[in-house]
Amino acid sequence: MNENYAVPAVALVVVATVFVGAFGLRISRTTSDFYVASRTVGPRLNAAAISGEYLSAASFLGIAGLVLVQGPDMLWYPVGYTAGYLVLLLFVAAPLRRSGAYTLPDFAEARLASQAVRRLAGAFVVGVGWLYLLPQLQGAGLTLNVLTGASKPLGGIIVAVVVVATVAAGGMRSITFVQAFQYWLKLTALLVPALFLVLAWQGDGAPDRPFDEPATFREHRVVRIDAGLDLKLGRPLSVTATGTVDGERYEDERVRLPAGVHRIEQGTRLSFTKGDPVPVADRGSNGGMSTSLAAGREERPLYATYGLILATFLGTMGLPHVVVRFYTSPHGVAARRTTVAVLGLIGAFYLLPPVYGALGRLYAPELTLTGDADAAVLLLPDRVIGGLGGDLLGALVAGGAFAAFLSTASGLTMAVAGVLTQDVLPSRGVRHFRLGTVLAMIVPLAASSIVGGLPVADAVGLAFAVSASSFCPLLVLGIWWHRLTPPGAAAGMIVGGGSALLAVAATMAGFPGTGSLHALLAWPALWSVPLGFLTMVLVSLATPGRVPVGTAAILARFHLPEELAGGQVRAEVKA
Amino acid sequence: MSGFLAGLCVAVLPLLAAGFWLGRRTSRPSSLGGLGTPVEHATFETLHTASLAAPPLRAGLTGETARRSARRLRTLLGTDALCLTDQDTVLAWEGVGEHHRDQIMERLGGPLETGRGEAFRLDCDEPYCPLRWAVVAPLTVDDRVHGALVACAPRESAVLVRATGEVARWVSVQLELADLDQSRTRLIEAEIKALRAQISPHFIFNSLAVIASFVRTDPERARELLLEFADFTRYSFRRHGDFTTLADELHAIDHYLALVRARFGDRLSVTLQIAPEVLPVTLPFLCLQPLVENAVKHGLEGGGGKVDKSRITITAQDAGAEALVVIEDDGPGMDPDRLRRILSGEVSPSGGIGLSNVDDRLRQVYGDDYGLVIETALGAGMKITARLPKYQPGVHSAGRLPRE
Repeated sequence: MNENYAVPAVALVVVATVFVGAFGLRISRTTSDFYVASRTVGPRLNAAAISGEYLSAASFLGIAGLVLVQGPDMLWYPVGYTAGYLVLLLFVAAPLRRSGAYTLPDFAEARLASQAVRRLAGAFVVGVGWLYLLPQLQGAGLTLNVLTGASKPLGGIIVAVVVVATVAAGGMRSITFVQAFQYWLKLTALLVPALFLVLAWQGDGAPDRPFDEPATFREHRVVRIDAGLDLKLGRPLSVTATGTVDGERYEDERVRLPAGVHRIEQGTRLSFTKGDPVPVADRGSNGGMSTSLAAGREERPLYATYGLILATFLGTMGLPHVVVRFYTSPHGVAARRTTVAVLGLIGAFYLLPPVYGALGRLYAPELTLTGDADAAVLLLPDRVIGGLGGDLLGALVAGGAFAAFLSTASGLTMAVAGVLTQDVLPSRGVRHFRLGTVLAMIVPLAASSIVGGLPVADAVGLAFAVSASSFCPLLVLGIWWHRLTPPGAAAGMIVGGGSALLAVAATMAGFPGTGSLHALLAWPALWSVPLGFLTMVLVSLATPGRVPVGTAAILARFHLPEELAGGQVRAEVKA
Repeated sequence: MSGFLAGLCVAVLPLLAAGFWLGRRTSRPSSLGGLGTPVEHATFETLHTASLAAPPLRAGLTGETARRSARRLRTLLGTDALCLTDQDTVLAWEGVGEHHRDQIMERLGGPLETGRGEAFRLDCDEPYCPLRWAVVAPLTVDDRVHGALVACAPRESAVLVRATGEVARWVSVQLELADLDQSRTRLIEAEIKALRAQISPHFIFNSLAVIASFVRTDPERARELLLEFADFTRYSFRRHGDFTTLADELHAIDHYLALVRARFGDRLSVTLQIAPEVLPVTLPFLCLQPLVENAVKHGLEGGGGKVDKSRITITAQDAGAEALVVIEDDGPGMDPDRLRRILSGEVSPSGGIGLSNVDDRLRQVYGDDYGLVIETALGAGMKITARLPKYQPGVHSAGRLPRE
């Protein structure tokens, strides 16, 4: 990849983001434009902003990587990420808007009138936010590493610094425009190169069925193994190796490897010739965590798939940066319309990453070996098209990837910093918001340097699982069940969300590597979500005296259209 | 290995938080223990318990507040059971022997009538029930009996009678304060009504005069202005709800400015920067319009001599969980001391009541952190900043769908 084009593209995206954020509103308006100025954010603009904030590194890079490595089963990821908004539309969007809550803790307080539940919800917002920020920073590191060869933490640090600086300086004032701009940028950055890639693929004779047979190298290719791994060969294979294979040093020598498992040490270069089948990395034995989730998936494919579906379907509604955006809708009906538009926008976007995944399987199969499968989207334009065109398209994709990190990371940082300032740090004020911003970013940044290469999409899946087990019961029961009590809500969040959090922590720590227990821990949503619901219902039923006063009135406000609710208030005043 | 380390960190963090919380919860008594003699210690304990019982009672005597304060009050008195009643029911029973509820309620008729405390023997069929005596002390606010505090004990004790009387008097004081809070709220409501009434005369006469001047020369303009006038007065005189959205308030300001501009023509120019994100923010009704009116008055009429031209800037920004509204004029400004006196209610010149009323209402609704911030000096214009939280419990507009 030619960094002469990619680095300016990334820099351009950063500058454009800061510029639109800071100056999008500075264009002064005179009184004749008053109506233009006071027009609320329309559903389409808001939907683009929500999509811009939502489509993170996991969507931009991660899905293509997973499809490349593990095939079409992984299409459940984009389906789940999209369908989450369907659940949001059906059960949550309009009542949430009508509740008047800005953040999830606000909702907990509005519904249950309890400071304790509010603080607990705040703690989970921070937890989910940090879990979600982690893969964004890792993705940024990976991108910069692929583009320029810089060390991996650098990209994450750059994103962290840019986001903290703009958010803390109040540069995200016109955040709706920034995020909407980012959505269209991301769509363009994937769509345009995808069109060229498909054209090139057709010019290549349109080779199909990339997932049917073991992938083969389409040309002579040198692969550098960054982390030691075990290769599993189905039949003998000849490669040219520089480095250590099975404990023996080779210096640019031809090696014939018999069928079986071979240990390749770190830093080894293997040259494959055209037509060689791509060897499979033996999972579960390479010590890192990058494949631990995949191992669980292989052992219990049905369970893993359902766990993923449940987490993504129900987790979307608890994402802190998505929830705050619904406040921008002027009323409940607009919130619903917005959600429908979001479904369309991200549905369109998610058609693209699988294309990259499939083409990556054909043209960059060695990525399954190096553990950098997430980089497939970045490498493909150069690999397939090449030349100046490939460089320019690669630069476009790189810019889009950085837009993905910046938009999601800034949205999350604002949400987490808001909760930290309001509910955790002692007193309020601008200075504390800045402190909150730094705190919101520094924890995931530190964690990203400790935690290694969990695939980006999998790490996001874990954040979804925690969100689905804690906030989904709170929101759904809070909106639809009048007997919910503060102790019930608190117990449900602690048991459901807490157990999911522990499972996630255990998975990240690589405990235990295999077996059904590992599958249970790696895909916690399937048991932790029902557990959360059950605890919330049972504890609420056990504490019937603690149903907050005025629950009926609050629920009426959640569910009645604003005009009717206004009429009700009028009737009360008259009575 | 690094993965294990990370997982360990994630697992240890909640534990640390829990430990921190527990430590804070348990450290309080021991830190008190270090303070002085046992007598002083006991005094501190008592004062601390009393201070914990006070906040719920400040919201008045209801089932919920009684339940929350009864536990602290029982600790304070150290009895086996304690109950709080209003005129006709037991609001909260704390401790053992709840089967005495009805019996106590029957005996309360006298004390609630006379407002004098008494002690009586409780008859009980259960052999192990420790409650044999009940001490009743009425809770009075402004010499009216609101309810009673009943402490139950195994035997008659003069100390308990005395202590119950004192605690009841202390509770009565809290209830009187609650009453005071309510009066304050009512006062502010009355002020809003006064403000609505205050808008009318001056503004209505001027507006009508302006419209009249256009009737012959430019009938179409006159008609438009009349419609603006109708819209503005409809908004200001609306009867329902204390809260509105920023979008609606800005619409009203727009109508108001249209009328004012018709009167002053080119002498007034207005610049607006409104972030669309903050338009759904809920705020107290007629909270910004008085500020704009104030800016117009100051910019064009203030400081004695007439000013030729005035420029008003209105900005509404998105600032995290708050909306920031700034209204700025380049008029002659005001002496900060005079402004301070106006805001504290010492002097009430014409137009000043708007500012202090808005300030009071913002503080009342959002707390003292959210009062108006006014920057001004003689000859330097005036800049008024209002911070509006996007969410505040109890604040929601009786919203309406905007006209399509």
